[in-house]
Order: sequence, then structure tokens, then C-alpha cells
Amino acid sequence: MEKLKILVVDDERGILTGIRRVLRNFTVSFPFHDEDFEYELIDSETGEDAIEIIDSQDIDIVLLDNKLPGIEGVEVLEYIKKKEYDLAVIMITSHASIDLAVKATNRGAYNFVPKPFNQAELKSAIQNVTKHLFLKRMTKELTSEGKEIRFKFLSVLSHELKSPINAVEGYLRMMEDKQLGNDINAYTKMINRSITRIESMRNLIMDMLDFTRVESGKKSRTIQEIDIVEIAKIAVDSILPIAIQKNVSIRTHFPDELIKKCDAGELEIIFNNLLSNAVKYNKEEGQVDFVLKKDRKNVIIEVKDTGIGMSEEEKSNLFKEFMRAKNVKTRAISGTGLGLSILKKIVELNNGNVTVETEVDKGSTFKIEIPF
Amino acid sequence: MNKKSILLADDDRDYLEQMQFHVEKLGFKTILANNQKECEEKIETEKFDMAILDLMMENEDSGFILSYKLKKKYPDIPVILVSAVTKETRFVFQPEHDDSWIKADKMLEKGIRPDQLQREINKLLKI
Repeated sequence: MEKLKILVVDDERGILTGIRRVLRNFTVSFPFHDEDFEYELIDSETGEDAIEIIDSQDIDIVLLDNKLPGIEGVEVLEYIKKKEYDLAVIMITSHASIDLAVKATNRGAYNFVPKPFNQAELKSAIQNVTKHLFLKRMTKELTSEGKEIRFKFLSVLSHELKSPINAVEGYLRMMEDKQLGNDINAYTKMINRSITRIESMRNLIMDMLDFTRVESGKKSRTIQEIDIVEIAKIAVDSILPIAIQKNVSIRTHFPDELIKKCDAGELEIIFNNLLSNAVKYNKEEGQVDFVLKKDRKNVIIEVKDTGIGMSEEEKSNLFKEFMRAKNVKTRAISGTGLGLSILKKIVELNNGNVTVETEVDKGSTFKIEIPF
Repeated sequence: MNKKSILLADDDRDYLEQMQFHVEKLGFKTILANNQKECEEKIETEKFDMAILDLMMENEDSGFILSYKLKKKYPDIPVILVSAVTKETRFVFQPEHDDSWIKADKMLEKGIRPDQLQREINKLLKI
């Protein structure tokens, strides 16, 4: 049970007793949180008193009347806002007016409860403010430690890592239980699928290591003058076997040489990513055009394919981690969903930019510009 | 007696085929969906007695969405949600509770053994 402290600021004793009665055994529970919330009530009759209590105790919720003997409720609200206290305020007032509502909202009041209120109104106000407070605190906790993205990344990552383990384990169990009988040949498909899943898991782990290294800035870089054309040729050679299997031809449009100061390893990752995508997502007997050129400011890399292309929605998610386009056409194509995020990070590390032109069933063109 | 049929949705084709194998071995017919979109179509067009849905497909919450849609159309058809990821999300999923925001009857973590699967199916279909 998690206890939230409610400070009730009202000079009418009757209101306080009423609130106490309603909230005595009241608890709030949310399906997304293990613990129920219960409430401890503290009361004060003046704004001055309330400020003292807020300063000295960890208050979570303030039920605040505006009309008080000394300073007004909105002034207490102002104080809370100025001090940036992590609490939520509900105004209770019989003198509700647009003017007060605007004032109070501007000063950060979360909600209003008009006086007189019934049990249900109070309970629902408390329930809402509790949810608001809980979510706000949770978000704050996650963002303050830079965790929000990390956390999402981790849950998707663990999904991507556990899925192949589950698949392979499932096949092994079926073999263990001899579900298809005693002839080992009956299990060929299961064995092959298991090997494929393990290979793709290995790729994911390698990509992930690249990704974290680039992201954390820990990747060691060796910047020196290199001939980009040489590296591009090696990348083409290494993709050829897969291209031949798929009857995809690769045409290169390279100058004799293209010298630039950069890290050779980074360029390799860029080229390998672009080419393997252009081949994997191409159609049978398709074509890849690989262009290297320069203008006055930039080295320009273009890879054009005649593949399945992308919808606008798929395009908008293209560089996000693990956002592989999942549709009938991509189902049989293996990929980790990290390649293009890594590519983008590396291009940005080199002060460059990536653009994509794409049309469904026609193909995509990736263009990278990196300044000299 | 007619065989009961179970709608299976998973974007991991290995897992889907394994589920199909086990479920059919238990004596049920299966209807397969390879992703959330296909599953939505199957919910509209097919007849089935139960559904076993993967949680993370095109969307991180595909299973929740499907379960919600399915229960809206067929409140009495039991739904089991399965996922490789549960604890990592830090959320507690207890769809068995009446007041849960997740409209499903059971949530299971992947790595489900056939005997456990049989127990859960039988319980929900009251066999």
C-alpha cells in the first residue's frame, strides 16, 4: 500500500470532517501499478498555515479552498508553483468563477471541485489526481535519468533477442519429445529454421554492438585520407554472392578515385548497410545502381534499387530502432531493424545527412551527403 | 462433434507454426494470422471458439488492440495473450482481474510447454 498525503486547506470544519469520512477507507488501484494508494489527511485552516506545512512535509495532493481568512487560495497556489513542489492541487470552492478558474489554472491547479460536492465527485477527483500524479512522477523519473528511450529500447531489444530463443527452444523441445517420430530426417526443417534463427540473432548482436558503440560515442575512430572508391569496391564484392543468388545485378558508377578524410570502418558500415538493403529488398532479377560522386562541398553516395519500396508510413519510421517494415513482402527477409539507425548515426557523426526517395513496388533511392 | 477452432496470431513464423502444431495435436482446428492486420481481417470474417494472440507484432501493443476489438465483437470468446516480453516492461499484466484495462482472459510468457497450453485452453473452453 502506498500512502499519499493530502493537505486540506479550508476554514469550514464541516468540509474537513466530510472529506475525512469519505476518504477514510478509500483506496485507488491501477492495473499498471502493483500497489494500491491510500490517503493520509492533514488539515489547515489558513493559507499561511498551509504554506508552512507544505514547506516542512512531503505533501502529494492539496485540496485548496480559495476563500480563506488570510491570504487567498490562489496565493498558496502561486507559492507552490514558484517553489516547483511536486504535488497536485485541486481547488475546492463555492465561489467558482471563470476569472478564478483561469487564474488557478494558470498557476498550475490540476482540477476543480465545486462546493458542495458529494462523495462520488470527491472520490473521482482524488482518483484522477492520483493517476495524474503517479504518471507524472513516473515520467519524470524515467526522463530525468535519460531512461525513457533507453527503457523502450531495452524492452524492444529483449523482445527481439528472446523471440529467436523461444523459436529455437520450441523446435528443440519438439525434437526432445520426438513429436515427429524417430526418423531424424523428419526434423530437417526444424533444424534448418533453428540455424537461420541463430544466425539472425548473431547479426542482431553484432549490429547492437555497433549501435551502442556509435551511440555512446565510445567507438574509436581513425580519421585519415582514404580512397572511398576502394572501400566501395570491397563492399560490392562482399554483397555479390547474395546478389547472384537473387539474380540482382549491381551497376557501379564510380570515379577513378575519391579521396576524403574519414574513418574507413564507418564507411564500410554505411556501404554494407545500403547495399545489403538494396539487394535484400529488391525483386528477383532486379537492379542496384551504386553511385559515388562529389560536388564542391560534399561526397555524394547514392544507392538506387528496383525493389518493393515503402509506404509513407514505413518511410517515416525508417531510421528508428527496430522499426522494420513488417508486411507480407518483408516477412521472408531477415533483418535486425538496427542497420539504418546505425547508418544514420554514423552519417550524422560525419556531419552529413541521409535522404530517401521511395515508391511502393518501384524501388527506393538512398542518398547520403557528407561534407569534405 | 465438430472440432473447436482456435485463432492463432503471431508475426514470428516459427512460433506460429509451433503453436499450430501443438494446438492441432490437441485436437483443435486452427486459423492462422501472420500479423495484426491479418488477424483483424480474420476476426471479421472467420468463426472460431478462442484466440491466442501475440502481444508485440506491428505495434508494441498489437495483442491488446486485437483483444479489445475481438472482445467488443465477441465478448464470450476467450483470449490468451502471449509475449516474449513481460517483466521488462515494468508493467504488471493481470488480465484475469475484472477491472483490468486489458481485455483478455490470460497472459502467458512465451516458452509455453504443450501441457501448460492444454491446461489453459481446456480451462478457458471449459472442457
